[in-house]
Amino acid sequence: MRERCDPSAFVAEHLKTVPPSGIRRFFDLVSEMDDVISLGVGEPDFITPWHIREACIHSIEHGVTAYTSNYGLLELREEISKLYSQKYRVDYNPESESLVTTGVSEALDIAIRAIVNPGDEVIVVQPSYVSYVPSVIFAGGVPVPVSTKMSNNFKITSEELEDAITDKTKAVIINYPNNPTGAVMDKDSLESIADVIVEHDLMMISDEVYDCLTYNGTHTCFASLEGMRDRTILLNGFSKSHAMTGFRMGYALAAPEIIDSMMLIHQYSMLCAPITAQIGAIEALKNGEGEVQKMVREYDRRRHLIVGGLNKLGLECFEPKGAFYAFPSISSTGLTSGDFAEGLLNEQKVATVPGDVFGEAGVGFLRCSYAASREDIHTALDRMDEFVDGLKV
Amino acid sequence: MDKQTRHILEILEEDARTAPEEIANLTGMTVDDVTKNVEQLEKNGIIRKYKTIIDWELAGEEYVHAIIELKVTLERKLGYKAIAERLYKFPEVRSVRLLSGGHDISLTVRGNSMKEVAFFVAEKIATLDQVQGTTTHFVLKTYKEDGVILHEPEHIKRLQISP
Ligand SMILES: Cc1ncc(COP(=O)(O)O)c(C=O)c1O
Repeated sequence: MRERCDPSAFVAEHLKTVPPSGIRRFFDLVSEMDDVISLGVGEPDFITPWHIREACIHSIEHGVTAYTSNYGLLELREEISKLYSQKYRVDYNPESESLVTTGVSEALDIAIRAIVNPGDEVIVVQPSYVSYVPSVIFAGGVPVPVSTKMSNNFKITSEELEDAITDKTKAVIINYPNNPTGAVMDKDSLESIADVIVEHDLMMISDEVYDCLTYNGTHTCFASLEGMRDRTILLNGFSKSHAMTGFRMGYALAAPEIIDSMMLIHQYSMLCAPITAQIGAIEALKNGEGEVQKMVREYDRRRHLIVGGLNKLGLECFEPKGAFYAFPSISSTGLTSGDFAEGLLNEQKVATVPGDVFGEAGVGFLRCSYAASREDIHTALDRMDEFVDGLKV
Repeated sequence: MDKQTRHILEILEEDARTAPEEIANLTGMTVDDVTKNVEQLEKNGIIRKYKTIIDWELAGEEYVHAIIELKVTLERKLGYKAIAERLYKFPEVRSVRLLSGGHDISLTVRGNSMKEVAFFVAEKIATLDQVQGTTTHFVLKTYKEDGVILHEPEHIKRLQISP
């Protein structure tokens, strides 16, 4: 008889330092319950616009099912370049400065792997999307969280950033409009961050996947700031703007040297992004603006509904100006984020995500997604009202 | 059009029964401002009417609908408006549209039976001086009416929690 093996002995050491996602635990709790109203989702509740789905179906019917160039279809990269030069006045060569990826998720992963040497520090501005810290660890880097504050509308300041910089710092990851806070950064505030980036010779990884979902004023693309184009790895995709989460469509825009090194990983690990999704993305960029604006206006209405509602409940909620999340403070209730979210789920069957899942800076907050129907938002608010009332006695 | 007016119109176009309080919730306006704004929109005719879309077939009512395409000759000066006015005054006529292409005008007509609709077209429409010819298409089934799909859309399953 051969000796039995212990599979756990094979797991790589560095993975043991990555805690399992707090979202995962909540997901498991929720999936055991019925009749849950969910404000816990990080994806649009709209179905992908029909013209996009139709273009994909058409392409499949015509047998368009092969690999594409490793970079992605040139037509798609050209459309992306056109978008950036028209919308943000920043020019990217579609042949050498653009890479189509399997969602922003892949773009994020290979962007970090492309620039991080073992031991390099990467500053992660928090509260942040849950993938940033683990992705840095997977790449052999050291994540350095920096907390933003509600009192500053969850914007990062140049002082906060400076304080976290050491001689090992290689890059900074920001995400505005932000998941989970809904915060945005205006141009002036970003300019002061750009100064710090130049002064310390850093690379900025800017995840702008929510750029279209900006409700007051216009989004500022980090790469459009003077001198920032070649210091930015710009990440964006179609999941949020065009309600295309399941298509897995993203892209990275950066200087040719950076795209080349990302490409090195991408060509061997992914080969190319799915062709059907790329066809859908081309259609989205060519003819999708009207549908995007319609969805944005509906999110905007729900935003008013949920923010007004949460504040009425006595949960202080700063005004989110982008994405589709409200991020109320629950500290007035005396509960931790986890206890609040778990209590709300068990007693009132409303699913939310505790803020601490998104880093230290999220302690005492709750992420409530308003990518949910108005009816669900109303019901959730009513149930939350009961829950909060119940805490008082 | 300002942003708030567009919000109000889109909300009411989707559901005419949305209460002013709810519109206020959705736009951040006060209930008073919403009410005033809606009154103004009604007054200047931007909001024409509040209607209900009914699936009569499901209700058991066997209405017959037909689309009638007309070729017309124009009266001097009066143009298409005169003939359109003659047509839309019939209560049987549910819509009147001026078209480009092979035909000039398209009507939708509602009646209680095919015979009733056919006779209406033969006696009241085809006999009008300006009408050169008619083509009648009976509607066999309506799948979508005024932007509303007339059967239950499938429920799409999404994760309850996602990052
Ligand atoms: C900030 C942020 N970045 C990236 C992603 C992942 O996007 P994709 O579906 O393009 O991989 C998400 C999804 O929730 C997100 O919120």
